[in-house]
Amino acid sequence: MASSEFATAPNMKRSPTSPRTLFSSVMTVVTFVCAALALIPLVAVLSYVLINGASSLRLSVFTELPPAPGLTGGGFGNALVGTLLTVGIASILSIPFGVMAAIFLAEFYRDTKLAETINFLTNVLSGVPSIVIGAFAYALVVLSTGTFSAVAGGFALAVLMLPTIVRTATESLEAVPRDFRQAAIGLGATRFQTTLQIVLPAALPAIITGVMLALARAAGETAPILFTASTSRYWVRSVWEPTATMSRLVFDFATAPYKSQQELAWVGSLVLVALVLATSILSRWVVRKR
Amino acid sequence: MTSELQNARKTDTVFRTENLNIYYGDFLAVRDVSIEIPKNKITAFIGPSGCGKSTVLRCFNRLNDLIKTFHIDGKLFYGDQDLYAAEIDPVEVRRQIGMVFQKPNPFPKSIYDNIAFGPRLLGYKGDMDELVERSLKQAALWDDVKDKLKEMGTDLSGGQQQRLCIARAIAVQPDVILMDEPCSSLDPISTLKVEDLLQELKEKYTILIVTHNMQQASRASDRTAFFNVEANAKGQRTGYIVEYDRTEVIFQSPQEQATQAYVSGRFG
Repeated sequence: MASSEFATAPNMKRSPTSPRTLFSSVMTVVTFVCAALALIPLVAVLSYVLINGASSLRLSVFTELPPAPGLTGGGFGNALVGTLLTVGIASILSIPFGVMAAIFLAEFYRDTKLAETINFLTNVLSGVPSIVIGAFAYALVVLSTGTFSAVAGGFALAVLMLPTIVRTATESLEAVPRDFRQAAIGLGATRFQTTLQIVLPAALPAIITGVMLALARAAGETAPILFTASTSRYWVRSVWEPTATMSRLVFDFATAPYKSQQELAWVGSLVLVALVLATSILSRWVVRKR
Repeated sequence: MTSELQNARKTDTVFRTENLNIYYGDFLAVRDVSIEIPKNKITAFIGPSGCGKSTVLRCFNRLNDLIKTFHIDGKLFYGDQDLYAAEIDPVEVRRQIGMVFQKPNPFPKSIYDNIAFGPRLLGYKGDMDELVERSLKQAALWDDVKDKLKEMGTDLSGGQQQRLCIARAIAVQPDVILMDEPCSSLDPISTLKVEDLLQELKEKYTILIVTHNMQQASRASDRTAFFNVEANAKGQRTGYIVEYDRTEVIFQSPQEQATQAYVSGRFG
């Protein structure tokens, strides 16, 4: 190394006015501003719902039926039960099928043309508008049984949840390291034993997270419920009757001309948001535990 | 356990191959393997990377079946039983011929459940606690973990994990243990512990070990096969066995020049 080129140490001091530094500073500020702007809708929605809903929040909203038009008080107890019921039916329908399909795609037919096709079709299904899924459930279940019902609503939600469950379950199963399968097969396990006893338990936390997020989304959906579960002013007596749900209640009462109903719509929104939040937190807790 | 496979356990030569050629699709990966593996001895496969040592090893427990393009011609006998005959169930084969892999791969379960997994698959009805303890003792891991059997297998150190995998393989009471570079991801101390273990294990099991570590092969094995690779006219690189003999012969007075060059470190 020629000593003449490095007789003095190179200048390494900061230069805030150099174009490179200036550009970097400006871009840093811009990204911060954009992040803040992106958060505004979230903060705005949450605070709006909280402010408007918290004032009317009382225990009786969970236990009473909706008030007749013009009357005060009442609650959405039946709608809460209805939401839990339809989401429950949706879970029973979509989770077993979804997880089994994921096992098929990730374990037995991984990297085949068939799996690619099924994946593609699943993605198409997830893009179908929820109102169309509602219409499909209406034609399939409501028309053939002759009644609106929680089952029809649950069916519509199941179709909505299915692509999410299949996709996250497939990814979770594929993420399980190949080493585990090799070890199990090396010990003389069949493919089925390997999948059921080693791969599935290892993927379970991630699958549960995916399922819970799908559930949280389904709980708040309105379009598929509109003409499947429809609505009701009474407590649930049977799964084959029209059923009230939280999302339908908010839909009906938010624009109703009566103040008590509008208040209930706000509280209902608050409860729905709280439900989604609780589900997200729960799904993270499940993963962290392992 | 089928009766043919049971009878196979009783002879002195555990494996015998006759002109075994291993293909992936059209690609000839290893040619013309004709060797006999003796019972209750440690046989090592050495040679440079990519010459088919692991490929041949994995034929012995039919693990290559998992690769769709894999096929062989020639014969591979386990005792007097043709391992690739149509009526042989690979799942049964793997219950008799166990494997320990290069990277330790304990299941994300407790240490106890790792060992118990294999026996449970087989419907083991005896005292599981006793079997777990026995397997861990044979793998020289019992003292390290006897107070923490309920802890996760994945929380152990690398060397301990590999001994756990050995204990797991032993728990199903196989005839043969295949080891694919079992020490290559371990530190030197753990490596020595595993090598000492091999000497104890060979009294009950036949051991076949692929290793990159020549010193390990010369220290630990009774017989050694030296693999090499050559390019054919099509430019494909096909592996073959240059020499197969007692370990002292291979390392001190090999017949082939290539063997001499490899073991003295001149290439590979």
